[in-house]
Amino acid sequence: MKTILKINNLKKAYHTKRDEILAVDNFSFDLCEGEFVAIVGPSGCGKSTILSILSGLESKSDGQIIKDEKLKIGYMLQEDALFDNRTILDNCLLGLEINKNLTNDNKKYVLDLLKTYGLEYFINSYPENLSGGMRQRCALIRTLATKPDILLLDEPFSALDYQTRLAVSDDVYNILKKEKKSAIIVTHDLAEAISIADRIIVLSKRPATIKTIFEINLTDKSTPINNRKAKEFSYYYDLIWKEIDHHV
Amino acid sequence: MYSEEHESYLKTIKKSNFLVRFTQISIILLFILIWQFLADNNLINTFITSSPKEVVRTIIDLHNSNNLYNHIWITIYETLISFILGTLIGIVIATILWWNKFLSRVLDPYLTILNSLPKVALGPIIIIWAGAGMNSIIIMALFISVIITIINVYQGFIETDPIKIKLMKSFKATKAQTYFKLILPSTFPIIISTLKINISMSLIGVIMGEFLVSKEGIGYLIMYGSQVFNLNLVISGIIILCVVATLMYYVVLYIEKKLIKN
Repeated sequence: MKTILKINNLKKAYHTKRDEILAVDNFSFDLCEGEFVAIVGPSGCGKSTILSILSGLESKSDGQIIKDEKLKIGYMLQEDALFDNRTILDNCLLGLEINKNLTNDNKKYVLDLLKTYGLEYFINSYPENLSGGMRQRCALIRTLATKPDILLLDEPFSALDYQTRLAVSDDVYNILKKEKKSAIIVTHDLAEAISIADRIIVLSKRPATIKTIFEINLTDKSTPINNRKAKEFSYYYDLIWKEIDHHV
Repeated sequence: MYSEEHESYLKTIKKSNFLVRFTQISIILLFILIWQFLADNNLINTFITSSPKEVVRTIIDLHNSNNLYNHIWITIYETLISFILGTLIGIVIATILWWNKFLSRVLDPYLTILNSLPKVALGPIIIIWAGAGMNSIIIMALFISVIITIINVYQGFIETDPIKIKLMKSFKATKAQTYFKLILPSTFPIIISTLKINISMSLIGVIMGEFLVSKEGIGYLIMYGSQVFNLNLVISGIIILCVVATLMYYVVLYIEKKLIKN
């Protein structure tokens, strides 16, 4: 498979008045086309920092990020961050508006996405009228609207209750697979990581460095909910659980 | 059709609403009646307390001499000008402060000082600089409403959900895009509620200004009345002011409802 993103020795330090905190150090990995990679690690270890740097929200202290100049990266936040004063359609068009890319074709693409993913009848509604799962789907479409090649998902389901969470992660997975996107997903939920990802990167506690990268090979790999029934599931769960630094 | 329980629930609400309104009206009627009774029986000195009948007569006199509406209009006019200017200038300055972190940090203590300063203290200077006329009154009222607008609106700007700002950044939005697509719309409710504060602030400023310099306006009526010891005029002025202030407040409230709907 083709490598589309190469990260070499990424390093990030935060500066406060009193201190310099090393958040990420010596972080290297390659992302292949169409691949789903999950990043897990102890809380506060710097998982989200990596996504912030990849998306360009934060600068890196050192290291290289090698990618094609045309490669577009989309970022999906933990919260849906929908604007209350915009309709669902206008929310989904926000990125295109900002990039001054609101062509008829692109608008049609967004309308098709909304239709395909069950928000057709809500395009003129406001976010307050949508359920948590629908809002998250809307946020995903907003990210997909700008046609990114890679999606960065920062704990995208953690604001949802457990049942919705399972359903939405299934949803999002199917949408991303169907649209043939690559994705890097940060999560603290090991089961979620195993059920979604092709590879799982386990980070150490801060400063985050790579401890191990697990290749996930499940029998009859399909959607996240089905993957949870695979016989290797608990084996991986155990393996990764033992690998993560726990400090309670 | 509602159930019996629901009907009785509705009835209770209606009854308690009626009781509140009834008591409200009773209080004002009782107050007027007692005032008039005390005046009629010489239990109070009407030279310094006036009486409801005298107040009504004074207002009718003002109406007949055609001055009443001119005074009311002058006060409303001055209030509206300073209200509109204060709101617009306040929002513009708040925007500049949001745009430029350096400037907002530099100006922060000055704003605090200006906000704590009773603006009436600036009255004499404003009169000397802007002349003893309507300009001074408007500038004074403007001063009062603009500072509070800057502080409220700026606070609203910087309290915008950081996650949404992050979202804008992830789309690589420019500062202007972030301002017009996110900051301004999300602060809209705060701006609207500032309007309500501003209309009262402007009116306070205008009356204060009219006390200091003026030949017309409700503030002038009250001041003039007290100088010639005509308490009928003073109390009539205050009552007219009550009505005007309430009306203006409700107009703003109405506009607020209209704006929020859209």
